[in-house]
Amino acid sequence: MGWPMHVPDGFIDAPVSLAAGGVAVIGVAVCLRGARRSLDEATAPLAGLVAVFIFAAQMFNFPVGLGTSGHLMGAALAAILIGPYAGPLAVTVVLMIQALLFADGGITALGLNIINMALVPTLVAWPVFRLVVRSLGNSRAVVIGAAAVAGWLSIVASSLAFAFEYWLGGTTALDVGAVTLAMVGVHVVIGLVEGLITALIVGAVFALRPDLVAGVKRRRAEQESVEVAA
Amino acid sequence: MPTTTSSVLTERLYVSRESRIHGLPAHVKILVVLGSVVAIVATPPTAVWAFLLYFVLVRLLLLAAHIPFRTVAPRLLVELPFVVFALLLPVFGTGPRVSVGPVTLSEAGLWAAWGLLAKATLGVMLSVILASTTSTADFVNGLQRLRLPEVLVQMTAAMVRYVNVVVDEWHRMSRAREARGFEARGPRAWPMLGRSLGALFIRAYERGERVHLAMLARGYSGRMPELDSRATVPLATWLAAASVPVCFAVVAVLANMLGGLGG
Repeated sequence: MGWPMHVPDGFIDAPVSLAAGGVAVIGVAVCLRGARRSLDEATAPLAGLVAVFIFAAQMFNFPVGLGTSGHLMGAALAAILIGPYAGPLAVTVVLMIQALLFADGGITALGLNIINMALVPTLVAWPVFRLVVRSLGNSRAVVIGAAAVAGWLSIVASSLAFAFEYWLGGTTALDVGAVTLAMVGVHVVIGLVEGLITALIVGAVFALRPDLVAGVKRRRAEQESVEVAA
Repeated sequence: MPTTTSSVLTERLYVSRESRIHGLPAHVKILVVLGSVVAIVATPPTAVWAFLLYFVLVRLLLLAAHIPFRTVAPRLLVELPFVVFALLLPVFGTGPRVSVGPVTLSEAGLWAAWGLLAKATLGVMLSVILASTTSTADFVNGLQRLRLPEVLVQMTAAMVRYVNVVVDEWHRMSRAREARGFEARGPRAWPMLGRSLGALFIRAYERGERVHLAMLARGYSGRMPELDSRATVPLATWLAAASVPVCFAVVAVLANMLGGLGG
């Protein structure tokens, strides 16, 4: 089992890959704008360390048993911890370094990977998390449950985005309906791992430093927690 | 158990040598790799000869960079999950089928699987050339010269500076857990691992705060001063570097015109 699966070069054809690059640029620009109030060049090193954490957490294998293991994708986690704009930016930096330095994910597929693993999962996870916490209150149990649901749905959304890209620019050798069913079916299960791990980590952070969980800040929901400590 | 990583993660990537490729500015190299891979991706899988030429070109680049193939080989493992996917393509593919030994396989699926593996392998090899000839400091500088938004450049800079520190911290935490008799066997170990990762996040965040305040105290205002003073790249260097993606592009254009197999 190997999630996160970074799309390599050649999996999706060149025109769709390049178009995805354009969409990713727009998405990242929106995030940069949205995070502007709290995240600028001067506070970027702090966000960079959050990116390092996401990178390290992705690398770690969670033993599932029988020699298999699951990974964390981390988009939902990043959004819940540092907000819906800074979160995907941190994941984007991680994806960029993975593609350019670790050859993990193709360099022409970087746009696809940013869409699938940073933008789309955040677009789903953040509203879900906020909706649950806002309607059920921010007790520890609710925060943990909301993180689990957000993490799970983030993976399902990511697999749907992948299936859509495959439909647009994948090889014609496979039936698209079957690919979509298989991808989404598998990720409904894999997503449970993501949901559980996300919930465990958010729960641990919420118990020790609730101020670092951006998704729970009541009045300043849209304000990122990436701020100067002073 | 926490596996896969030596303690100095990013230093495993860079292979220090004297070569013309090492000497190229990072932003030029990134563009060269990007252009070459776009050409590769745009090549129809049926043009087998084109891919053989690509492999020859990549081999020449490796030779020019003085990077032994055995450095590259282990790093091809990142494609493994997709190899599994590729192997499924001929089995579940649609369209006319051909018999290969005892089984019949989809012809379109076989071509798709070959194309996928060839393109992904070439892509990884070119990325490895980039990573093993570019130090992380040059890499950040290259991103800056490619006009990546400064916020992302500074995030990347902090990331490559601290990735080894945080990964090492995680290894220390793992060792401490093991010293106390903890063993990560199955999902029952997850609550403990989740708490540990939560603690790792808080430590990384607090380290970020300390580093950030220390940088501000030393006059940091959003840009690393030494990154700004870089000479412009001479035209000759640009032309020499451009010859690489041009070679790939010529092959790609020919492959698209001539088509595969018969051509």
